[in-house]
Amino acid sequence: MLKSKDLTKRFGSLVAVDGVTLEMEPGHVYAMLGPNGSGKTTWMKIAAGLMKPTSGTMTFMNEPVGVSSRAQVAYMSTEPYFYAWMTVKDVGQYYADFFRDFSMEKFESNLKTMELEKTMKTKSLSSGMAAKLKIAVTMARDARVYMLDEPFNGIDLLARDEIRACILREATDDKLLILSSHLVEEVEAIADWSVFIRKGKLVEMRDNEEMRQTDHVSVADRYREIYGHMEVQEA
Amino acid sequence: MHEGDEALNFDPMIPIWAQVADTIQKQIVSGSIHPGDKLPGGRDLALTYSINPNTAARIYQELERKGICITRRGMGTYVTEDGEKIAQLRREMAENAVRSFLEEMSGLGLDWHDAVKMIEEEEDNLAEK
Repeated sequence: MLKSKDLTKRFGSLVAVDGVTLEMEPGHVYAMLGPNGSGKTTWMKIAAGLMKPTSGTMTFMNEPVGVSSRAQVAYMSTEPYFYAWMTVKDVGQYYADFFRDFSMEKFESNLKTMELEKTMKTKSLSSGMAAKLKIAVTMARDARVYMLDEPFNGIDLLARDEIRACILREATDDKLLILSSHLVEEVEAIADWSVFIRKGKLVEMRDNEEMRQTDHVSVADRYREIYGHMEVQEA
Repeated sequence: MHEGDEALNFDPMIPIWAQVADTIQKQIVSGSIHPGDKLPGGRDLALTYSINPNTAARIYQELERKGICITRRGMGTYVTEDGEKIAQLRREMAENAVRSFLEEMSGLGLDWHDAVKMIEEEEDNLAEK
């Protein structure tokens, strides 16, 4: 469904994404893993049609990503993007005006899960509440692809189950979910595939349950194997 | 039940389907889920345990393969009403528990004879309380 082929993105002399070839299918939840600066965000922005690759291709249903794919891809960036004057309700209305696949009903149910009130002002939300609102509004779309960049960042331990519930409710056979995270434990159980990215390059893509069964390692173990020595070098 | 309430502290090195299947089997054997009871749908199971829906589907596939559950098309998944099957499952699970207990004891330098003696002593202790 979503395919990246020899995808490369340079920013001057920096190679953020370096020849990544992979394919993702609906009915699965993929965890994109790697320390900050591995190229996960850049890859996602290209997949969301917000950035052009330097070389290589990114296709959605065999068509290059662009205006038409954007309508079917719900993307949540790491940056905050609400106007300070908005209430939680306004954020929903703003999304409803912008995206035809936005469901107010789903948004309200997500708010309930996240324990957010419609009358709350976005500027008075704590960083954790603002992070939850971003997820609630993104997951209220009825898209084919959902890409959440670091959905667990800044989220209190107690609220992480709410986020997981919100994400899992959309994990149906016809949808593709991609979560980037450097908090591996948070995505271990909800993702069925792991995509390990290291310095812009794809290291490997693994079926999580198969990895546990045949290699007797957890996703977090594999993460340490791949990135461990790298962090030691940098420290 | 609140979503995510059952989220286990998974051992991330063991397949998650196996851990949840084990939990459900214990509930069946202990009688907290009864023969013939309807089990939650795959999607609800995924939400209850905060796990991937494909993992949840795998759990029922495995329980069906063992004859513990039956899926009726368009109806859902049910616990078997075959008491024999449940008795057999209880026996298997008990055997596994005994085996791992004896392994643990052997790791402490105690043989099954010592283990039996200690179980009897423990029984007496409990009886006195």
